[in-house]
Amino acid sequence: MYDLIVIGGGPAGLAAANSAWQKGLRRILIVERDKELGGILNQCIHNGFGLHRFKEELTGPEYAARFIEMLNSTGVEVMLDTMVLEINDQRQVHVISAEKGYQVLEARSIVLSMGCRERTRGAIGIPGDRPAGVFTAGSAQRYLNLEGYMVGKRVVILGSGDIGLIMARRMTLEGATVLACVELMPYSGGLMRNIVQCLQDWGIPLYLSHTITDIQSQNGRVSHVTVQKLDENRNPIPGTNLEFDCDTVLLSVGLIPENELTRAAGIEMDPRTNGAVVYENMETSVPGIFACGNVVHVHDLVDYVSAESERAGAAAAEFVLKGKREGTALTVQNGADVGYTVPQKIRVSDVEKAADLFFRVRKVFRDSVIEVRSGDELLLSFKRDHMAPGEMEHILLPRKILDQARGDTLTVSAKEA
Amino acid sequence: MKELVCIVCPKGCRLHVDEENGFAVTGNSCPRGAAYGKNEIQNPTRVLTSTVKITGGAYRRCPVKTDAAVPKGRLMDVMRALNEVEIQSPVSIGQVVLADVAGTGANVVVTKAL
Repeated sequence: MYDLIVIGGGPAGLAAANSAWQKGLRRILIVERDKELGGILNQCIHNGFGLHRFKEELTGPEYAARFIEMLNSTGVEVMLDTMVLEINDQRQVHVISAEKGYQVLEARSIVLSMGCRERTRGAIGIPGDRPAGVFTAGSAQRYLNLEGYMVGKRVVILGSGDIGLIMARRMTLEGATVLACVELMPYSGGLMRNIVQCLQDWGIPLYLSHTITDIQSQNGRVSHVTVQKLDENRNPIPGTNLEFDCDTVLLSVGLIPENELTRAAGIEMDPRTNGAVVYENMETSVPGIFACGNVVHVHDLVDYVSAESERAGAAAAEFVLKGKREGTALTVQNGADVGYTVPQKIRVSDVEKAADLFFRVRKVFRDSVIEVRSGDELLLSFKRDHMAPGEMEHILLPRKILDQARGDTLTVSAKEA
Repeated sequence: MKELVCIVCPKGCRLHVDEENGFAVTGNSCPRGAAYGKNEIQNPTRVLTSTVKITGGAYRRCPVKTDAAVPKGRLMDVMRALNEVEIQSPVSIGQVVLADVAGTGANVVVTKAL
């Protein structure tokens, strides 16, 4: 019997396991399906990681190495090349590997840290041929940075998520011509700094409110794409065609938290995040099963994944050593222009000093205010110079303010100042 | 007055740089932002990350970076220099694979033990 089984050895799982060890758990196991720890950080060779956490600018592999080093100084066990097939509310974990076959492991607590995967062409239904040369940005990144294959020479990128932007620069540096980055929405889905250093630095045009409306092929490979401007209902406007001769289309059109195990275990899900509904300590609706990182909601910064996952690891330790939290929960509701919040539920009596709340707004704001209300009463407000859907917001809800909430809900909203 | 977005960290502060007053920076939320704003107008530089060929490792490419920012106009010269590099496993983080790359004064160092 393990004290804790962590599912996934990426940044979330590493931080959760380290933190649970620091809090006193001793029988901890990380199950990882890849051949090494570190998750997606291994292929994110660009820099910009760790500015919050380590006060220096690290590359993805360097950031992962810091946490792997910490782990090496603990007694946490790691199973590599091992896939989790099923978990249940009895906290049994079914795993399979070539080396050890099928095993059922038991744990006093579980942390779900499986991360997310990319949305593919099928998920967004681009019309046209079905040739070779259409990749998700992340798979192209793996081919290029780990396996050493250049996936194309003339590239159009659909979607302006961070991975797509990073790949625009990366492909350019390796000698490809990136013709355009095309974004469905009227704003970019990526961080502003990536628009600057990955597109503007290299003269790559960003077409907002545009999408690919046709892909053509020759000899089974992409040969041409048509891009059109969209009206406010996202319908293509006739006569706005931009034509590109290219051999490659990269898709950076969103990430989907990888929650098959979570759903099958009967854990309550949030349709807004596609992740589990979690409490203030990252506990799911099943006591003793916690979730953290991109499997809960898609983060912009790994630094925040690490911080959130340390809270999940510490909470798993608390569950094993002290028993479960019993407080009654406030439900956090999304007010105007707030897309989702994490956590979705807060057990006020279990909040020590303050509860962290993360969320995304639905549109771009200049001078604006975030408001937290209980019924009609304004409990808290926070000023912001700038907010955008591509940038996760974070506020702290002090215990003494939470104590003033009436009823069983809190509402978080955003508006122009 | 020039407007630009700070790229030092993912926060993306909107900077104003006053070219007529000693490149004074406003809008930054840390000293690194002020330094970036001054530099970006006068001599923009970037840390370059890429990969080099490696034999005997778990992967065919080893990630590397320049250990200092190099002038933006020299990035492609650094990339050309990296095309010639081939290293042998094992390597450790921080190991120099190319000193003073393309005469920029920066070294190219390994970012993953392989």
